[in-house]
Amino acid sequence: MIIYGVALLSACLLAGLYLGELLGQLLGVQANVGGVGLAMLLLVLAGGSPRMRSLTTGASGEGVKFWSAMYIPIVVAMAASQNVVAAASGGMLAVLAGVLAVVVSFALVPVLSRIGPQSPPLPPLEQEP
Amino acid sequence: METLRAVIQANGLVVAFLVVGLAVWLSYWASRHLTRGRIHGSAIAILLGLLAAYAAGLATGGSRGVADIGLLAGIGLMGGGMMRDFGIVSTAFGVQLSELRQAGVVGVVSILAGVLVSFIAGALVALAFGYTDAESITTIGAGAVTYIVGPVTGTAIGASSDVIALAVAAGVVKSILVMIGTPLVARYIGLNNPQSAMVFGGLMGTTSGVAGGLAATDPRLVPYGAMTATFYTGVGCLLGPSVLYFIVRALV
Repeated sequence: MIIYGVALLSACLLAGLYLGELLGQLLGVQANVGGVGLAMLLLVLAGGSPRMRSLTTGASGEGVKFWSAMYIPIVVAMAASQNVVAAASGGMLAVLAGVLAVVVSFALVPVLSRIGPQSPPLPPLEQEP
Repeated sequence: METLRAVIQANGLVVAFLVVGLAVWLSYWASRHLTRGRIHGSAIAILLGLLAAYAAGLATGGSRGVADIGLLAGIGLMGGGMMRDFGIVSTAFGVQLSELRQAGVVGVVSILAGVLVSFIAGALVALAFGYTDAESITTIGAGAVTYIVGPVTGTAIGASSDVIALAVAAGVVKSILVMIGTPLVARYIGLNNPQSAMVFGGLMGTTSGVAGGLAATDPRLVPYGAMTATFYTGVGCLLGPSVLYFIVRALV
């Protein structure tokens, strides 16, 4: 049943967000600390667990794959609801601070990627919507 | 006409699916025929979304892009935090635990380095613009971390509200720049494998920026980048009003 996969995904997200809130309170921070990341970890664990097979294979798995395929459209909707005007009119200080942070961070990606075991590049991507 | 308007307003989310579907179709068509596939369809779609948000913001004076237009309010729901997080988590389906474990240490290093580097960049710009008090410098530096860390830090240490607004603006600039810039620089920074995607997520940190930027580069990298990025804002909120503020106060 497709709904089983969707329910599993929901359970992972809710549990992750709850743990993230608790972690935030524990650290005394007014933010969710890694809730989404913890939820992803739970889903990865569920996907690899033999006991969860009935929830992650067949039609149930399709329930998760559907949302994974809806990801890009969701991101497009997210982009369309950003406060772009505020970013453009924040003045030179805001623009410079943002640009400088991004440029330096981009430059550090290849430097830090050299730490630890390397993973090979993914095979070329076939473009399909 | 009145009837059509009523139907559209009562079914916001369904309208959003239709409108976004058309926008994505148009973008993939443009990618194939106007750029010969050189610019990925999803990159064009995200850019289109940002342009629409800009135009809508100018027209309505609101802060939520096209979602402030009554007939398109459903896009705000579809692109809001709830659906975004639901979508991001689903991309982790099929990821191998071993790949995550391999990049665990470098992921932690990149989050700390990312928060620090962005903070310093923002703080230096604040100094260059003549701010001399520790509260303002720290808040603007925190804004360059993410647009959530900025106001959280500013409120905690008692910065003025116009400085907090500047910090939010800096964070939004960063997030949008990451969305647009990532597919352009991906080739030059080796962003083509799970490990560099985790480093990327940790360094950039802005969840929306990383989500959009990686989707436009190669959707298979999304789960790895998102995994580290999601810890970044929390770490920023932890360090901003504490360690980073104390360091700035000691220096100025």
